[in-house]
Amino acid sequence: MSPVIELERLSKSYVVPVREAGVRAGLISIVKRKTRQVDAVKDVSLRIDPGEIVGFLGPNGAGKTTTLKMLSGLLHPTAGEARVLGHQPWRRENELLRQITLVMGQRNQLIWDIPVIDSFDRNRVIYRLSRAEYQTRVEELTELLDLSQLLTKPVRNLSLGERMKCEVAAALLHHPRILFLDEPTLGLDVSMQRRLRSFVAQYNRQTGAAVLLTSHYMADVEALCPRVVVIHHGEILFDGKLGELVKKFSALKTIVLELEDGSGDLSRFGEVVSVDGSRVTLRIPKQETAEITGRLLRELKVHDLTVADPPIDEVIDQVFTGRLA
Amino acid sequence: MRSWLSAYPAFLRISLLASIQYRASGAIWMIGSILEPLVYLTVWSTVARSQGGTVGGYSTAEFAAYYTALLLVNHMTFTWIMHEFQYRIQYGSFSFALLRPIHPIHADIAENLAFKAVQLAVILPAFVVLCLGFRPHFELSAWSLALFVPVLFCGFLLRFFLEWTLAMAAFWTTRVTAMNQIYFSLQMFLSGRVAPIALLPLWISDVARHLPFYYAIGFPVEIALGRLTPDQAWRGALLQLGWLALMGTTIALVWRRAARRFTAVGS
Repeated sequence: MSPVIELERLSKSYVVPVREAGVRAGLISIVKRKTRQVDAVKDVSLRIDPGEIVGFLGPNGAGKTTTLKMLSGLLHPTAGEARVLGHQPWRRENELLRQITLVMGQRNQLIWDIPVIDSFDRNRVIYRLSRAEYQTRVEELTELLDLSQLLTKPVRNLSLGERMKCEVAAALLHHPRILFLDEPTLGLDVSMQRRLRSFVAQYNRQTGAAVLLTSHYMADVEALCPRVVVIHHGEILFDGKLGELVKKFSALKTIVLELEDGSGDLSRFGEVVSVDGSRVTLRIPKQETAEITGRLLRELKVHDLTVADPPIDEVIDQVFTGRLA
Repeated sequence: MRSWLSAYPAFLRISLLASIQYRASGAIWMIGSILEPLVYLTVWSTVARSQGGTVGGYSTAEFAAYYTALLLVNHMTFTWIMHEFQYRIQYGSFSFALLRPIHPIHADIAENLAFKAVQLAVILPAFVVLCLGFRPHFELSAWSLALFVPVLFCGFLLRFFLEWTLAMAAFWTTRVTAMNQIYFSLQMFLSGRVAPIALLPLWISDVARHLPFYYAIGFPVEIALGRLTPDQAWRGALLQLGWLALMGTTIALVWRRAARRFTAVGS
């Protein structure tokens, strides 16, 4: 199967002005302008196959959005090569633009002052959909995203969650083969996040579209992305299955104990994360799991004991903050 | 039919809907458009009367014709695109335009035409009131009226292309307000908005008659007045078409570089 997205040592750097605070520095900068180069993305290589959903993880400024923008044709790379559906994306050929979409959680493409359905109609003509195709897709999306009450409302009267649903629907009217989703659930409440997630999963199943998703919400990634790519300081740290990420990066295990006679001080076994009555959660070094578990069972009256990997967002946080054992 | 052309009916309909939403604020904008020719008309009529009835070949009734026609022509050709581009680039809203498989100028043209169509509800009554109040004298002829319509449309496109091209400076320097101001000052003076070109010193009016500002505004006004001979009118129309072709080419070239610039620096 040939990949739909292919990146080969893709890099993007910006030259940004540097100036210290104060009037003096301001005046000096008029005659002597200091700049520095920021490498937003460094030598990123990646292949994404048709139908894959890939989570792009990284802290703010890691290079996620820059990569998405290069792949959707909004940014020109400094070096390297990329192919999206066989096209060089920054050439922005109409044939490619008709097959991709970019949803940005913080920006909207719907026209603010008029009903949602009119913005949809604009996309109908832009993407040259026949009326029958358009009608079918609007009906499908209305049902999947529960839009029936929203279509005739002006966009400015919608809540953030309602607007985001409409944004996503507008972005998918032309049935793109590739979805670039940049923080699509940003600022949404939990149920709306869940709804959007299940919609993206369904769209992917039905159409076989590839999805590249960035999100700060681990729940999005856990629910949608069998494969994750972790990017930090513009470089790929990990590319693989979500479970492998935890195995690779987590130096810790979590032990949850149910004790018979209260908790007492268990800090001699490991870091006590929480105590809730007779239920205690400990965090211990991974390589000492067998030994500590044995000691716990020998020295305490244990009703129940479970060993688990730490939550994925804790692992990611460790990766990004450099707190890896 | 070309795909971009087939997008216009929907673009116009959607832009009309959006324009109607803000009809009150649009009407207030229009008051400014009405006041401008009214002020100049009052000034030049007063000057003409004090000079014994005419200035530079224009009587008070001809000044009235000039500025009432200018009211219509200016309305039909004005754009606000130079103000809008700074915002688009600064806040990154241009990204969506670049993601669409259609040149962004088409949506802008449709939006401009729709706004003007809605605001004709203010401009046309103002035109009638000015005509009743100032008794303009038009030298109308069938050929000049017939020529007026295409010349006005070309004037609109010329001004639109010129200002869209200049607006693209925002891709290189985000703060374009100062540059815009220089353009507006030059345009006011050299297009015939402050005074008919014929009233300017000879060498300036000669220069102005070769610049695009005049062919976007002053020239359609003079066609409407019926002051030009058929020979002057046809020659002017050809020059207008020449400028239009030049601006059409320029816009295509600058756009290519501007889009590349945008994708180089991001937003």
